[in-house]
Amino acid sequence: MAEATVETTNTTESGTLLEVNNLVKHFPIQKGFLKRTVGSVRAVDDVSFSVTQGKTLGLVGESGCGKTTTSRCILRAIDPTSGQILFRKEDGETVDVATMPYQPLRDLRRDMQMIFQDPYGSLNPRMSLFDIVGEPLLVHGMKSSSERADRVAELLRLVGLRPEYMRRFPHAFSGGERQRIGIARALALNPRLVVADEPVSALDVSVQAQVINLLQEIQESLNLTYLFVAHDLSVVRHIADEVAVMYVGKIVELGDTEKIFANPKHPYTSALLSSVPIPDPSVRQDRIILQGEVANPANPPSGCYFHPRCEYATDQCKTEEPQLELIDEGRWVSCHHAKDLDLTGLSAK
Amino acid sequence: MAEEAVIPSTASESLEQQDEEFSVASQWRLMWWRFRRHKLALIAGVILALFYATFPLSEFIGIGDPALNFTKLSFLRPQPIRFFDDSGFNPHVNAVESYRDKVTFKPGFRTVEDERVPVGFFVKTWEYSFLGFIKTDRHLIGISDPADLAKRPSLYILGSDSLGRDQFSRLMLSTRISLSIGLVGVAISLIIGIVLGGISGFYGELVDTIIQRIIEIIGGVPTLPLWMGLSAAVPQDWAVMQVYFAITVILSIFGWTGMARVVRGKFFQLREEDFVMSARIAGASEGRIMFIHMLPSFYSHIIASISLSIPGMIIGETALSFLGLGLRAPAVSFGIMLQEAQNPSTVALYPWLMFVAVPVIIIVLAFNFLGDGLRDAADPYG
Repeated sequence: MAEATVETTNTTESGTLLEVNNLVKHFPIQKGFLKRTVGSVRAVDDVSFSVTQGKTLGLVGESGCGKTTTSRCILRAIDPTSGQILFRKEDGETVDVATMPYQPLRDLRRDMQMIFQDPYGSLNPRMSLFDIVGEPLLVHGMKSSSERADRVAELLRLVGLRPEYMRRFPHAFSGGERQRIGIARALALNPRLVVADEPVSALDVSVQAQVINLLQEIQESLNLTYLFVAHDLSVVRHIADEVAVMYVGKIVELGDTEKIFANPKHPYTSALLSSVPIPDPSVRQDRIILQGEVANPANPPSGCYFHPRCEYATDQCKTEEPQLELIDEGRWVSCHHAKDLDLTGLSAK
Repeated sequence: MAEEAVIPSTASESLEQQDEEFSVASQWRLMWWRFRRHKLALIAGVILALFYATFPLSEFIGIGDPALNFTKLSFLRPQPIRFFDDSGFNPHVNAVESYRDKVTFKPGFRTVEDERVPVGFFVKTWEYSFLGFIKTDRHLIGISDPADLAKRPSLYILGSDSLGRDQFSRLMLSTRISLSIGLVGVAISLIIGIVLGGISGFYGELVDTIIQRIIEIIGGVPTLPLWMGLSAAVPQDWAVMQVYFAITVILSIFGWTGMARVVRGKFFQLREEDFVMSARIAGASEGRIMFIHMLPSFYSHIIASISLSIPGMIIGETALSFLGLGLRAPAVSFGIMLQEAQNPSTVALYPWLMFVAVPVIIIVLAFNFLGDGLRDAADPYG
């Protein structure tokens, strides 16, 4: 990918809001009384991608593949080990979030916000809606309580809740309503990038659709950019313009959503896609059942991390690590055989 | 969801009002709704409130001067107050006279049935300082005729000790001293515990390791010998108040470790909560995260664990004083009063001197029941 540096601003192509370059996050494994570091979990291992202003990038993968860690690094909720996270501010200046000191980072929080997976754990049960939704406003300098109340009312209306609920506490709401509260809180500061970490996976299917539609409506009206982390591919197909597929801390395939769903190039992507149920009894589905376990990120296999489970693996895959390569317009795949394999239609015959 | 369970079921309210009340109920309301279903804890709370309410009123309620020696009436058994006689309401006690048993030569008292000492309310007897600075001699109840006072300084409703001091008045003062030692001791251990536990849990890593090892070392030392050693080191010539504070500090040396562990564990748990990360992403400062988000999430637990550790302090003081290593006369506490009751002749001849054990047991049990109730109510969202 483009070798952008911080010093030279505006090297990112116009329209790109967020560009992640070679992001790495290792968690040290410590043992014994003196906490010696005996190894590390490579939760995010050299990940690069970019998100275009106003678009949605879906980040998909199995549990434990590093999607959540990636999203938290981008917001600096945890500090990345290395790599760049370039964010283009409203005035056009590009900043590196990964190495930003505390104070400017705090100001930048206005521009990037997060929607959490768990609508129960992410709202402080001891605060009323007014305090929950109004907190970002308060800590960013809106001291007047009546101003905050007006803004909170506006936000609650935006997410489809009645402003009269402002004095209520989260325990009075259902999961879907709580997620709307979480969205209202994320939108309080008028962010430009919203990182949604599996925002609907904790909800009932009927409520999922409502929340997804709400997110889409808000995106259109506020011109938001989403990084949408999910493991549910049908949700991602619905909302994302582009998809990045992660496996054991690495991106294995990146490209336009429809192209990836129609014609996966990486064997892992095609296996993932085959797991999506098709709501049509006349379609015969041949599921690709992967053998073996997900690779251990503390002790990954040699060569291509996916080779122990890949039916197309060759000797080259066992020794040589594939790089993310551009194989088609806007289509990046990390597989030695990406050009030779035809995986089209494997998922639905 | 467990929340539904705490919806109040007052039949008169319509369901809608009830829903709205539940919706806007804060943490403390929810806790109260849950706590009040715990009847035993509620009763225990009332009993303790009554005990603590006597704090400023100890001397006012006390009948005789607790420091006055009146050996003519030593080891007098408890004397009942009779509120009625043949002519109606006429509170009095019967006079007593001493005698010596002709066979065993044992001294004793017998009631003189027809000689009555009148009892009055809000009477003026011995002088004391109300709240420590208002000089007065009013008492709730006492002997109304000053002429009788010379013969008998108190009613002795709980009897008298070897020096003829009024046991009831001494018990009132003991309650104040012993219960406040529990409070002060817990307050000291709470402060140390929250600070060290908070540092341990908030920063983690090496600081945490060091503090935790210190706690383990302290926990490994047997309590009583160390208490005894430390209290033996308290100089003999210290004033009553100095000894009092020395004893509370000695008691809190062990008390803080449990508190520090609770606080540390809660910090560890809360650091990982989504709402804490959410606050961080919203741009909240570390101070705000700690005091607005984390502390309120566990001070209900702290209150519960306080109420469970106060009786330990009270028992600790009682044990030390009982062994003669805690407070010293002329101070009075449960332990000092029990110490005076610790011989076979008391058990055989003056059993009323052991009555002081009753409030100790009631207080300790009440604190345990209250603590149980508070612990159950502490997390209304769990």
